[in-house]
This record gives sequence, C-alpha cells and structure tokens, in this order.
Amino acid sequence: MTPPMTLPSVLADNPRLDRWLNFATPGKVELATGRVELGQGVLTAMRQIAAEELDVALERITVRSGDTDRTPNEGYTAGSQSMQAGGIALREACAQARALFLDTAAQHLGCAATELSVRDGLLLRNGAATQFDYWSLAQSISLAREATGTATRKPVAHYTIVGRNAARIDLPAKVFGEATFVHDMTLDGMAHARVVRQPNRGATLDSIDEAAIRRAARCQINFVRDGNFLAIVGEDETAVEAAAATAADRAKWSGVERPSALQQEANWLLQRPSIDRLIGAPQSESARGRQSYEAVFTRGHLAHASIAPSCALALYRDGHLTVWTHCQGVFPLRAALSRMLKLDPSAISVRHVQGPGCYGHNGADDAAADAAAIALRMPGRPIRVRWRRQEEFAFEPVSPAMVVKVRATLDAAGHPVDWTTEIWSGTHQGRPGGGATLLAAEALPDPPPVPAPTDVPEAAGGGATRNGEPLYDFPNKRIIHHLVPEMPRRTSALRSLGAMPNVFALESFIDELAERAEQDPIAYRLARLSDPRARRVIESAASMANWSESERRANRDQARRGKGIGFAQYKNRAAYAAVIVELEVEDSIRLVRAWCAADAGLAVNPDAAINQLEGGIIQSASWVLKEQVRFDTQSGGPIDWETYPVLRFSEVPEIAIELVESDSDTPLGIGEATAGPTAAAIGNAVSRALGVRMRDLPLTRERIMAKLLA
Amino acid sequence: MSQTIAFTVNGRAVNVTVPHDDTPLLDVLRNHLRLTGTRFGCGLEQCGCCIVLIDGKPEKSCGRGIASVAGRGVTTIEGLGTPEKPHPLQQAFLEEQAGQCGYCLSGILISAKALLDRNPSPSRAEIARALDENICRCGAHNRILRAVEKAAAHLRKGMRP
Repeated sequence: MTPPMTLPSVLADNPRLDRWLNFATPGKVELATGRVELGQGVLTAMRQIAAEELDVALERITVRSGDTDRTPNEGYTAGSQSMQAGGIALREACAQARALFLDTAAQHLGCAATELSVRDGLLLRNGAATQFDYWSLAQSISLAREATGTATRKPVAHYTIVGRNAARIDLPAKVFGEATFVHDMTLDGMAHARVVRQPNRGATLDSIDEAAIRRAARCQINFVRDGNFLAIVGEDETAVEAAAATAADRAKWSGVERPSALQQEANWLLQRPSIDRLIGAPQSESARGRQSYEAVFTRGHLAHASIAPSCALALYRDGHLTVWTHCQGVFPLRAALSRMLKLDPSAISVRHVQGPGCYGHNGADDAAADAAAIALRMPGRPIRVRWRRQEEFAFEPVSPAMVVKVRATLDAAGHPVDWTTEIWSGTHQGRPGGGATLLAAEALPDPPPVPAPTDVPEAAGGGATRNGEPLYDFPNKRIIHHLVPEMPRRTSALRSLGAMPNVFALESFIDELAERAEQDPIAYRLARLSDPRARRVIESAASMANWSESERRANRDQARRGKGIGFAQYKNRAAYAAVIVELEVEDSIRLVRAWCAADAGLAVNPDAAINQLEGGIIQSASWVLKEQVRFDTQSGGPIDWETYPVLRFSEVPEIAIELVESDSDTPLGIGEATAGPTAAAIGNAVSRALGVRMRDLPLTRERIMAKLLA
Repeated sequence: MSQTIAFTVNGRAVNVTVPHDDTPLLDVLRNHLRLTGTRFGCGLEQCGCCIVLIDGKPEKSCGRGIASVAGRGVTTIEGLGTPEKPHPLQQAFLEEQAGQCGYCLSGILISAKALLDRNPSPSRAEIARALDENICRCGAHNRILRAVEKAAAHLRKGMRP
C-alpha cells in the first residue's frame, strides 16, 4: 500500500511504527529518534511530543537516540530540522499507535473508538476507567507495521504538554558533573590514542623520530602505522598526550601545503576558477539601462570552535565494529566508515553519545574514523581517541569565506524592481555522508578520490545560496552562484551555512537602499513585505526595542551609538526572526542590548526555543565581532583560544526574546534562525553609529579604525 | 619513577600513585580517580572547563602538576552537591535552565562558587568578570549570569550549600 501524501517524509523513510516507539516495559514508553542531543534540548522536546499525542505523563517516557541498531535513520541532526521534520514524524507515529490501541480496545469492549480516551496510559470509556491500558494491550498489538498517516492527531487546541516549558532531561547530569559526554566514557581494557595528523591530503610521511617520541612519553607507548596514518597508543593518557605533543615536530612529511595569508581573505575567491549557475530568471528587459546600485560584502572563514576537541571510542571484536561518537549523523557516518574500512555496514554499529556543542560539521566524524581505524588494527582492544585542542582548530572543517555582491535596479521612487545576489563560496557540504572523505581515509593506503565539488541542494535549503533570495516583494530576483572548488582548508557546514553572510549582505543592502530613499529602515522593509508573519516579527521587535521613526535622526545626533535591525525567515521556509541590536562604537564595538521577535510556529518547548534563539544571537555576535580563521599568524592558522578568540561573558549584551503567538500546528526550525539577522543588525547598527557602511566581516578594531581614519 | 601523592578531594583523603609527579591534576582526577565531572577543554589553561578549587581558590587543573597539590584540598563539581542535595548554584542553574551542551558548566559552577564564597552580593558585571575565565560557546551566558545571581540571593537568605 502506498502511504498517503500526508505522511511526513521522515516517517515515510522509516515507516515501521516499532522503529519509533514501544510499550515493552510496563508503565513505560520507549521512544526512538534518529535526532541526537547537541545541547538544544531535542530529546526533551521529543518526549513532550510523544507524551502529548499518547496522553501519558512525561515521566513515563524514555528516549533512545542516534543508534544505527535501534533508532530510525533520520540522516543528520542539522539544518534546524529536528522539530520541523523529525518531531512531526514522531508525532504522526504516536498518533497512529494511539489510534491502534483505541481501535483494539473498542473491539474488545464492543464500543466505538470515539467513546474512548486515554489518561496517563489508562484507557477510559466515556470518562470511566476500563480494564485496558497501553501495556496490557501491547501484548496483543504488534507495532511491527507501517504507518499509514490515517490516524487523527490531537488538535493543537487540546495540547497541555506541547507548547509549555519542560525542564531539559539532559541538564541535571551536566549540572552535577556526571559522566555525560563521550569524553567521559571508559571501557574495560581501554587504550588511549592520538593521531599524528597528515598535514594535508597527499602529504607523505617520510620519517618519524620514534625514540624522541618515546622519551617524551616516559611510559610505554606503541605506534600504529599504515601508509600515512600514524597513531600513538598507550594505557596512560598523560603519556600518550605528551608523545603526541612531541610527535607533531618529530614526524617529517613531504608534499606539505600550507594556506597562504592571501587565502584568508574572502576576496581571494574572486580570482579562482568556479562552477557557475543561475537560480531564478535572467535580468528582465525592463531592468536594463535603468539606474542600478550595488555593493559587495565579505566574510572570512569561521571555525566551529567547539568548547572541547572531538573524541570517540571504538571496539572491533569478533568481526563487528562498534563506534561511540558525538557526530551529528550516525547512519551517514556508518556508511562512510563502511567505505573507508571495507566493512559491510551490517558489521558496524554507530552510537551517539553527547559531546561539546558542535554547531555543524566539526572534527567529530574524523575522530570516530581515527578510533575505528586504530581499533580495526587492534582487535579486542577498546580505543579512545581524543583530539588535541590544536588539532581541532587546525583540522576541523571550516565554514568557507564568502563574497556576496548585491545589485538592485531601482525605479524612480527608489524601489527595487530587479534584484541579483551574486555569491562566491567554497562548499558548505563537506560531510562524509555527502560523498566527502574522512581524514583517516585520506591518510590510509589507497585513499579515495577527491570528491566532486557540490554544495547543499536547493531542496535542502542550499549551502552558499541559503537565504540568498530576499523575502521582500521584488518582482524579479535571481541568485548567481559561483562554487569555488579549490579552498585553502577543508570546508563544511557551520550553523546557518551561507545564510549568515547572505542575510548580512541582503539586510545591510536594504538599509543602504532605505537610506538612499531617506526612509526609516523598518518602514522601508514593511512597505515591501507582504508576508504577514514576516511583518509581525519585525513590528514586534521594533516595539520591544522602542524603535521609532525618529530613530535615525536620534542616532545621528547621539554620536557613536546606534541601533540596527536584521530580519530573515531561515531558509525562506523555517522560523522568522527579527533582531535589533543597540551598540556603542569607540575603537571597538560594545554590544549594549539586543531584542528578538521570532515566529517558530508551534514551539514545542518555548523556553528551549528561546535558549536556541539567544544562543544563535550570541554566537553570531561572536562571529561578527571577533572571528576569522587567519593564516597570517605565526602558527599559520588558529591553534588555540588566543589565535581564535571568541566572545566572553563580559562582552555579551542583555537580550530580550519574544516568541510571537502562532496558531500553527507545525513547528518551524529555530536553531539557526537568528544567526543571519544578528549579523545584519550589528552591521547596520555600527554603520549608523559611525555614519559609514561596514561591509566586511569580522568588524575588527583594525577595520573600524581604518574606516574612521579614512 | 612512580610516586604516591596524598591530598584530599571533596573532603576525602586520597593517595594516588602516578608515573610522574608532573602528571596534570586534571588527568589524575579523570583517569586515576574517575572523577570525570571536571572536563578537558584545551589543556592550555585558556577555556576554564577544568577549573577546580584548590584550598578554596579557583585553579585550572589541566596545567597543574599533581605534586603541587600534595597535602592540599581539592573541590570538584562532584563535591559541590548531588541531585539529592544540590548546591544552591546547581539548583539555580536547573531553575534557570542555564546551559545548552553543558560541557562548560562544571568549570563555570566552580568559578561561580569561588566568586560567591568571597563576594556574596556580586553585581551582574562582577559575575561576568569572574566568569571571563570560562568560555561558553553555545551562548547560554545570560542564563548563567541570571542563575548565579539567583543562587547568590538564595545563599544570602540562608539556603544551606
């Protein structure tokens, strides 16, 4: 039977109900989700969704997550899709299970299913208890059947759990210092390992000074070497770490390529060969020859800069490999490990264990590949690989630098009648599941070929092109995308992908157009935005920030202090967010306050959604004010928190966030929604405060001084 | 040559035998004593994940040789409180849902305890300054600041740590 069109896509991919939930333990409901906890509270939200749909208490629900043996395959926990795609799939599966139980009980009771309801797992008939509950019925109802999408879901108006704040289930262990993270795991007989990294694909390991490295270790260590893959393994982590620190200088490589200082600036991309494409209509005839206006915006490479370096455990025993990892996609990683190790996927289990916040594709997958490669060469021995801080900064994929040129053709009233966003970028899709390779695979003999350059498809929101199209009512819009295949560092997905530089460019440019038209930037936006949800978040943010028509003039009088706004609907299909930032500029920028109004649709756990929106604002502020992967330093790239500074507590502004009310029954992804608007709001506020436009990120002290002195 | 170092952890006397007396305190806590609540962040004394109290003072444990701790008292996150008897800071962090990935929280809670021990009524700016030694990458800063303020208020009202 073909499932009806209404089945959520993730459920269509994993239609068996018993893959999602079971009632095997009396009094408990066990959920399984392919989504993993990254600190965003996803497991708590899944629990709320199931409790609501099944009518059981939250406390009865346990959640399994990210396990190739025991959870649905939901690809990556990424792209702000966990609620919007994964949550609604789980909701549908639960609705279907509930209907199944009600139908079965109705048959036993000889009544209509509509007479039945559920209270904390107990079935009621016209409000009175029956002899049935989920667990007694579970013995005669098999969930080994496919979802049909025919069950009636609970109306949102009846919700008592979803849409209300729930305490995060992952947080207590973190506050009490329990062993929560994969870094904290130990297995009997476990050995510690560090990899002496191949500097780049194609570099050859000529020699290693084993004696010097052993001296540094001062305890027994062993070398595992295969081709250009070299690891140090031992029982004492301190010794292995000391050996690895020394080994970086005691291994001689040929074919080493280092990024040059030139390559750190986004403008370098403009001179490179690219794969070009046009999305949208060519420029209209009517636009030709009319007054047009353009501006170029840039952003440097960014690091994920997780608070801790990546870690993984692996054990190869009796022909089966088990890997514990904090990666975002256990199934894609299993596929990549299968290719690298030439093992059948059925001989590999990949299990997610929490790690430090990743915000995208950092070193987690590669650390897992390292552990797996070593474990395969030491059967029976559990192997723990923990990257070094320097290693994470030097070898994790970075978010590529981007250049965004915006060009608008204006009518006599200054209104854009034709719009082009032209984007130069490396790929944002370097994940192993996307065809790219793992670092260990490149170092081992018979490395896989260099993957063909691609970017995230438009159907998945695009990579470099994400949010490249403005949501405003402009008649003719297009994106010209230049994918630059050759990059100085491996590049991949970082929170919001291309949306941050694109929204920075688009929303800065809108402010510039408003200025040319001598209009208030918010009034200018609202006059060109018919989407009521978009208008509402902008209006709400303006009201929160006490923005007024006189704002512009007031800011001008009050030198060096300014407010600015940025708006976007993430991917033009997820949550809407408007951010207003107030700041002061002397020789550097001090953020004073930020306000945000967002429309997340059905916010399953509003407090967790607000936490995510706020985290996005702070992280984006850090990117904008401080962050760039620089190659012109003594170390040739970031290696620690001094060569890659991030925002500290004293630099974080006060932030107010409001979720605008929504009667939608669909959640909209919020995890990345504030990244772009925040960057634009800061840029616009700085430009207003200084009276000159800042178009290059990050907005460092040097850049501001240069503008002020110019 | 292996050495035995005696000190106290969370009020308990311990003797730890290590291969070398410059073994970092962090490694001793995590690998020898299995107190993994103190996290490894950078090993460079830059991020604050590994902060513990040594005789009441906040110190980064990743660069601190174990010999220097001989005879002294170390307090780790495990010594702060338990789910059954949470420290007011832990209580407040849960009430404010102050954290995201949570990897930085052990170090932050210890830094905050050190602050409140010496200044029971810190301003928001003073709390922020005290926590500048700690990196939070998820952006939970404001919740964390609110939680520390709340814990300070609880403590001033006589809630027992």
